[in-house]
Amino acid sequence: MSSQTITIAAVYASLEHVMDPEIPVLSVVDLGMITGVELGEAAVHIKMIPTFAACPAVSYIRHNIKTVLESELGIAVSVEVDKQEHWHSNRMTPAAKEKLKAFGIAPPKVLSGEVSTEIMMEVPCPHCGSEQTYLRSPFGSTLCRAIHFCKACGQVFEQFKPLE
Amino acid sequence: MMNNAALTDLIIKMADDELIQGHRNSEWTGLGPVMEEDIAFSSMAQDKIGHAWALYRILHEDLGGKHPDTFAFLRPEKEFKSSHLVEMPNGEYDFSLMRHFLFDLAEAIRYESLQDSSYEPFRLLSKKVKGELKYHTLHANAWIMQLSRAGEESYDRMQQALNQTIALAAGIFEPSQHYEEALIDDKVYPGEKELYHRWLDRIYPVLVKASLNLPEMSAIVPVYGGRHGLHTPHLQPLLKEMSEVFNLDAEASW
Repeated sequence: MSSQTITIAAVYASLEHVMDPEIPVLSVVDLGMITGVELGEAAVHIKMIPTFAACPAVSYIRHNIKTVLESELGIAVSVEVDKQEHWHSNRMTPAAKEKLKAFGIAPPKVLSGEVSTEIMMEVPCPHCGSEQTYLRSPFGSTLCRAIHFCKACGQVFEQFKPLE
Repeated sequence: MMNNAALTDLIIKMADDELIQGHRNSEWTGLGPVMEEDIAFSSMAQDKIGHAWALYRILHEDLGGKHPDTFAFLRPEKEFKSSHLVEMPNGEYDFSLMRHFLFDLAEAIRYESLQDSSYEPFRLLSKKVKGELKYHTLHANAWIMQLSRAGEESYDRMQQALNQTIALAAGIFEPSQHYEEALIDDKVYPGEKELYHRWLDRIYPVLVKASLNLPEMSAIVPVYGGRHGLHTPHLQPLLKEMSEVFNLDAEASW
């Protein structure tokens, strides 16, 4: 198959199958990690951005994008880290936030300005929905997560942090 | 036309501070006083080393420098430009927290200033780093406040940690011997002196809230030397440990 017969939509549909290794219910599209898709003569060119600068999964994700797309679309794929764009949590789609909640991780609140102490307070519990929660630590099991405690259901939960 | 030697000097000192502080943070992994703090210092270690890597990458890709791994792990001690503050051993938790507070607020000021840099790689990187640093300063401010209000012994220890750390922290802002004016004139960054004053304005309100007394800064002699390769005896053992695995096989592919 040549790239002429492949559409941008088909590339995105295939990208939906490339999941985040740390949150396997979210694809790279859900997370807002894809910043560009170009159809070249003999190859598809993908631009992506990591969520956090030191994310250890970046090269793994790059590799996965390449192998999944090459096998599904039957064409050469190159993947590049886009230096012009930077990831922020508002790039995450509303659908992604629902999937995150169902997975047991509280989604980031929508940011209208900078990250503040206030935006990290009273984060709704993904288990019982209560807002009677407090921030235990702005750092969690991965760089993108914070730890909260729910006073209503007595459980510790993680949140995907808002990022400017 | 940018002064590449000046840019290189600035990038190396920023990156080396991040790398060495990152390594010190990682030394709390498994030893933190409570689980959340263990995780916090480990996460901050990862962030810092990521920021160092991004800076080394700018050197590598834009300024003809070596590959980031080679540059980080195979340089002799005298070519490091880290400040003495970050070289100091972790000590007790009060020292580590106070250093974290003074260092991360200094970083926050620095990366905020780079948003207006005439050097594009700085502008792009600073957006990313600035957002991530928010969580470091949020963590630092919360603990400075909490421990300073946790009884007499706790307060005394925090005040003592501040007294011990402040001259070292002021040493972060050692002006470059050769390039300071060129960097300011080229609008790469506002210069160490300006950053130092912005930093004092940023740490002061937090210290006031924590009822800690900032020592009289005009009487403080900042600890300089790191920026031109003069280091404490603590750096060499750290470098040896940090590069031990890398040096087993420098050509290995990971």
